[in-house]
Amino acid sequence: MKIFNLAGTVLKSLTHPAATRLYPFVPRVYEPKTRGHIEIDIEKCILCGICDRRCPTQAISVTKAERSWSIERLRCIQCNSCVELCPTKCLSMGTAYTDPSFGSVRDSFTQAPKPEGAAKPAVPAKPAAVALPTTPTSADDARVPGDA
Amino acid sequence: MANRTVVPFGPQHPVLPEPIHLDLVLEDEKVVEAIPSIGFIHRGLEKLVEKRDFIDYVYVAERICGICSFMHGMGYCMAVENVMGIEIPRRADFLRTTLAELSRIHNHTMWMGLLADAFGFESLFMHSWRVREIVLDVFENITGGRVIFSVCKVGGMRRDIDAAQAEMLLTALDRVEKELEPLISAFSQEYTVLHRLTGVGVLSKQAALDLGALGPMLRASGWSLDTRKLGYAAYNDLSFDPIVETAGDCMARTQVRIRETLQSIDLIRQAVPKFPQGDIAAPVKGTPSGEFFARLEQPRGEAIYYVRGNGTRHLDRFRVRTPTFANVPALVQTLQGCQLADVPMLVLTIDPCISCTER
Repeated sequence: MKIFNLAGTVLKSLTHPAATRLYPFVPRVYEPKTRGHIEIDIEKCILCGICDRRCPTQAISVTKAERSWSIERLRCIQCNSCVELCPTKCLSMGTAYTDPSFGSVRDSFTQAPKPEGAAKPAVPAKPAAVALPTTPTSADDARVPGDA
Repeated sequence: MANRTVVPFGPQHPVLPEPIHLDLVLEDEKVVEAIPSIGFIHRGLEKLVEKRDFIDYVYVAERICGICSFMHGMGYCMAVENVMGIEIPRRADFLRTTLAELSRIHNHTMWMGLLADAFGFESLFMHSWRVREIVLDVFENITGGRVIFSVCKVGGMRRDIDAAQAEMLLTALDRVEKELEPLISAFSQEYTVLHRLTGVGVLSKQAALDLGALGPMLRASGWSLDTRKLGYAAYNDLSFDPIVETAGDCMARTQVRIRETLQSIDLIRQAVPKFPQGDIAAPVKGTPSGEFFARLEQPRGEAIYYVRGNGTRHLDRFRVRTPTFANVPALVQTLQGCQLADVPMLVLTIDPCISCTER
């Protein structure tokens, strides 16, 4: 009878495991290409500011004076544009999505002070192995959210 | 004569994914007139073209709508490429075609669910969306995004499909086709579905043309018109015929979309083995100067992208004519004389995308 068209599907659904994932217990596995969030290797950054200027949503801001690079996570649309434009390839795309949050989240990364003088940070002749590892300070209060 | 009552329908309504407002003038349960009003989610995206670099504007164009996002980006890129005289690599054409057809499957399976939901068939809704999920997973694997892909750029594509991904894509399509089978039989034979869709909202062949209906709405009324037949991207290398139904009612529109889903699967199967080797993007030099109309077939019908450049990095004008906007007059026509309970079905069978319409 026509009315039992979906009966097979319904029976299959009853006997099969759930189509959805039991989320907090079964972790979400991201695809290798998933565009989740932007990561930076701040020591390789030359603070050229191309990512800042070309970001379609103005989520990135680069401050040369403070030698810092920051990103507003909820503004970023994961378009991958900055990753492609970065001349030193210090930016990369991480697969995991950013955590949910109530307010704007600005992650700031500051470069460790260089050993001596105004050495060119672009030339990675010898890695400046000075202490003070990069500190990804998740400082929501670092900047006023909104327009840079 | 019965008293006339005006019932507001929308902008917030359970069957409407997006806000459109209709003032329905009723005589008892019968709609005698419908007055549409739009403008609830206008975002001024076209104006933004004056502020954004023409290369970066692709990201904005993609965000006109979440369902045909890829095709909006593609239409914009096609227009700019034509203005600048860029010949994109053939492989990029094939990649674009593949993703466009996947978007069509995504759209149509989602729409089937929404339609089922509109007449209260919840399980059919959920099963349709389960099928759609397979397509979204494919998108994530290929492009990195589930809804907004950001893979189209002026001059070609930003991400390639390798052999393993092509294999995965074809396997996923087999799964989609298999899982669609029971849904298709439900949509074509189930008593409830037939009762709610057959003979409802008939749009005659002549009226469809006169009112400028587009896409599945037009083809369900007997017109064999499909913009893909113009042969843009890689469509001239693929063989297909427009899907046509003649009844012009809600059932015909549903059947057109169901058959188009299968057609899209077939088109991708044709396209994947034909992927030519080579680059996926051509270099872009200079700035656009001139104007161009690009046309392409979105899941909802033909969309037109007009671009005018003035030789700087900011375009003068970008204009999109979306299929939903063109289908509103046909919707208003079909609403006249229908029952109030059928209004959700009629609104849904034009597959309204208000974000596209208002941009």
